[in-house]
Amino acid sequence: MEKFDAIVVGAGPAGSTAAYVMAKAGLQVLVLERGKYPGAKNMWGGAFFGPVMEQLYPGFWKEAPIERSVSRHAISLLTEKDALTVDFKSERFEKNRGFIVLRAKFDQWLAKKAEQAGAIVATSLEVDDFIFENGAIAGVKVGSEKFPGNVVILGDGANSLLAAKAGLRKEYTIHDIKQGVKEVIKLPREMIENRFQLKGDNGAVMECIGSCTRGLPGGGFLYTNRDSVSVGVVVQLSAVVENRTKASELLEDFKRHPVIAEYIKDGESVEYSAHLIPVTGLKILPRLAKDGVLIAGDAAGLVLGTGLILEGANFAMASGIAAAETVIQAKANNNFTRAALAQYEQLLKKGFVLQELNTFKKAPAFLENKRIYTTYPELACNMAMNIFENDGSIRGGSFKTLMASMKGKVSFWQLIMDAYKAKESL
Amino acid sequence: MKVEDKLAMNKFEIDREVHITVDELKCRECKLTACVYACPADCYILRNGHVTFSYEGCLECGSCRFACDQGAIRWVNPRGGFGICYQYG
Repeated sequence: MEKFDAIVVGAGPAGSTAAYVMAKAGLQVLVLERGKYPGAKNMWGGAFFGPVMEQLYPGFWKEAPIERSVSRHAISLLTEKDALTVDFKSERFEKNRGFIVLRAKFDQWLAKKAEQAGAIVATSLEVDDFIFENGAIAGVKVGSEKFPGNVVILGDGANSLLAAKAGLRKEYTIHDIKQGVKEVIKLPREMIENRFQLKGDNGAVMECIGSCTRGLPGGGFLYTNRDSVSVGVVVQLSAVVENRTKASELLEDFKRHPVIAEYIKDGESVEYSAHLIPVTGLKILPRLAKDGVLIAGDAAGLVLGTGLILEGANFAMASGIAAAETVIQAKANNNFTRAALAQYEQLLKKGFVLQELNTFKKAPAFLENKRIYTTYPELACNMAMNIFENDGSIRGGSFKTLMASMKGKVSFWQLIMDAYKAKESL
Repeated sequence: MKVEDKLAMNKFEIDREVHITVDELKCRECKLTACVYACPADCYILRNGHVTFSYEGCLECGSCRFACDQGAIRWVNPRGGFGICYQYG
């Protein structure tokens, strides 16, 4: 039976990137994807930043199925009836902007690239076990079929069943993951461009915190695609369970919010999707390598979310490259032991993936503070209301207004402490 | 919009082989019924105080297997090619 240099499980951003880099270096690579096609199981907000893509495929945006590129990024604090928004629009955005894509198309494009470089991409194959030889992983099994390989790279996503099976980590708890639900809503192109004030292929990202999750840790989002809008909610899974609420209900609330409803009205929903996001970063970092196996992307929990910065696919691709480079070196030395594959972690530490996760290591705990989703959006909107409304009574100064708005909700000391923690974490 | 209407928009290749098995004995003892709230596709429904389960609308997110504190859910992926087929994602 043919033995591959590397077997990649999952044709997502991590897997396809790893496969592309290894195949380009002349390795025999097999990618096994459980979906009917790459992307069939994948969803996200979403947009990604381009530097890794640009490094791999210079000028990718001319060719890849990009929906729109981000020229407007708004962040809103919501209460049931208000929205206070910081809305950043710029014509200075160039190639380092975010790119909005839909995964069914985009992941197929990425896998095609790996194929063109010489990797074999096989779909509709669910890897359910490993081949073990003397305690080392030496390939994978799909039912009774065996696929031997020197190394296996796991890129099987947030809900990786194989990470635990490989002994790389324990299963996540509900505190380590957020749940994302999303609807894709069709709207005519021109209507999207008018409503979101966009020129041509420019796109908008809108993130909201506050009432959209009924005050639970998480947020709502809108991304403009070419002729549809992605609208969704992300919420801490533990909060969903503890508060006996459902993400599907939060999404309905969000769609009904007076500000959001205007953007999506008369649109036709065409798809509903859900996915998990590992959010506790370094805390849940698995063993990244063992004898004959590496783990990359969401499967390794390499996701960064600070509320302001959101990194998933870009990190996945960067980790895919690092895994591929490690395997290329391992192949050159014909050594696929844990010690040889430990180079992977070194590469991630040298690059932005583990360095940024380290910089923002306090963010996940900070983002569990409920006041961010309840008290502060309410406070900000009440302040705005006090300033932009005049009921005829004699006005106090802004500080006095702030103190009055805070009364009974949050102490001044608490506010200062939260601001300090924000500074330390974000 | 109801969850069942949302799911009706999606493309599924339904596998006759069930990929999630639920230990109903353990469910009967369960007060928390975390699965009911964790599942974004309403695969777990509370009827007369009991959880009833269907796998056909499963979006394969895995939330239920993390949320269940009873060890009642056995989760594997649907066989290759089956299950949810996102057209947009």
